[in-house]
Amino acid sequence: MTLAIEGWFTVGPDGTHLLGTRCGSCGTVAFPPRGGPCPAPDCPGQSMEQTRLSRRGRVWSYTVARYPPPAPFVAAEPYTPVTLAAVELAREGIVVLGQVKDLAPEELEVGMEVELTCGPLADGPLVWMWGRVS
Amino acid sequence: MLGTGMHPWGKWGRPFAEYGVAAAREALRDAGVAWRDVGFAVGAATIRNGYPGFVAGATYARALGWSGARIASCYAACASGAQAIDIARTRILAGLCDVALVVGADATPKGFFTPVGGDRPDDPDWLRFRLLGATNPAYFGLYARRRMASYGSTPEDFAAVKVKNALAGSLNPLARYRRTVTAEEVLASPMVADPLRLMDICATSDGGAALVLASSAYARRHGVTDAVRLAAVSTVTPVFPSTVLELPEFATDSCAAVPPPERSFRQSLAHAAYEEAGLGPREVSFAEVYDLSTALELDWVEDIGLCPPGEADKLLRAGDTALGGRVPVNPSGGLASFGEAIPAQAIAQVCELTRQLRGWAGARQVAGARVGLAVNQGLFGHGSAVIATR
Repeated sequence: MTLAIEGWFTVGPDGTHLLGTRCGSCGTVAFPPRGGPCPAPDCPGQSMEQTRLSRRGRVWSYTVARYPPPAPFVAAEPYTPVTLAAVELAREGIVVLGQVKDLAPEELEVGMEVELTCGPLADGPLVWMWGRVS
Repeated sequence: MLGTGMHPWGKWGRPFAEYGVAAAREALRDAGVAWRDVGFAVGAATIRNGYPGFVAGATYARALGWSGARIASCYAACASGAQAIDIARTRILAGLCDVALVVGADATPKGFFTPVGGDRPDDPDWLRFRLLGATNPAYFGLYARRRMASYGSTPEDFAAVKVKNALAGSLNPLARYRRTVTAEEVLASPMVADPLRLMDICATSDGGAALVLASSAYARRHGVTDAVRLAAVSTVTPVFPSTVLELPEFATDSCAAVPPPERSFRQSLAHAAYEEAGLGPREVSFAEVYDLSTALELDWVEDIGLCPPGEADKLLRAGDTALGGRVPVNPSGGLASFGEAIPAQAIAQVCELTRQLRGWAGARQVAGARVGLAVNQGLFGHGSAVIATR
């Protein structure tokens, strides 16, 4: 099982989790994970610690790419349109973008709940995806 | 603003510098200024045209003939041109030069913009393509869908923006697309990024634009007493936490610990310009906004304060933002009619402000124009707002 990027998400028996970082001082969360000082300009926090993000969130918006995206994306042949959803995670106060898995565009709605899962890119490695609530 | 110059937008397939030099020569002619008298020249850089694009200031200075002028090159994504204007203006206001030349031009490939510079897995702009296939139109599609859900905008509203801008563009000899279109044509064009169709999304173009800026004293010495003035240039960053998913990011900032700021990024760009100019949205006669998509024009109309959030569609339907309306938006035809030539675009916006305020805009003239606002947003936290007055 190859992940398309190391350190941004994990896949285990308890499901797929996005890996962010949390400021030890103020609790601000960041995704993708970042080291160094807290991104909040007035926070004195100097280190960010790894944290798992909530697996469920609500769709902030979504779109369907009707034309194959260019390289370095590897499009399936024949091309199947990629659906993207931006999902709001309430506890972390962030919106995270991801591909959508096993949900037709007609089934998507702004505000609906989705759950993190993962799926393969056309050339094999796994990436996090938003899917149906289990 | 002593002079403006533009090379027509299109897909000409020639080196970018040709467009920039043509625009620069026209701006100098329009200003009645000799290249030798320019104390400072700044080039807005292009990243898709090799080294000459990165060092655009030197490229243009060399093409115009080494004159010993001080130069600079700058890159700030879509705000590159405004940044170049800001540098030139600041240098003039600091008393370090009397007259400055600002130039931006681009030559673009066909189709989606792709990441620049090979395999770079540490660059978010590369990664968003690799991991998500998230093109620029995909982000525009997300904003458009969000707008539909939040405010009830419809694909018909988006099409009406294109119809309005195509009509204005048909009156602009510098625009790439000069044909008027119908809502039916927009709604029948191929779907690109739901809910946006091909004709909702701006193209990538070749083009060049230039401005000659001068101090008031220099203008007076040359007998110009009623020049269009730059009242403000804003290039502020977002304020943490920025809670709108911005191109090309994977996520927003977190508002878990720090509450969101009073103004979004786009709102703050315009607000800082209003503050600097001592003016407000009510004083604006017309605006050039960055309509990367039709839906995004509606967002901008609200972000610059022409109406409260969610009411831009109403303004559009009432004809308020059309030529001849209360406050025309994109009287040039906007990106819908031009397509985007990145480093030239913000300069072209200011060329349009100048032409309108001079009363030289011909068939697309905004009657009684006194205050013009131009806004744009680039990638990674660059954006700009410029206010010009007469």
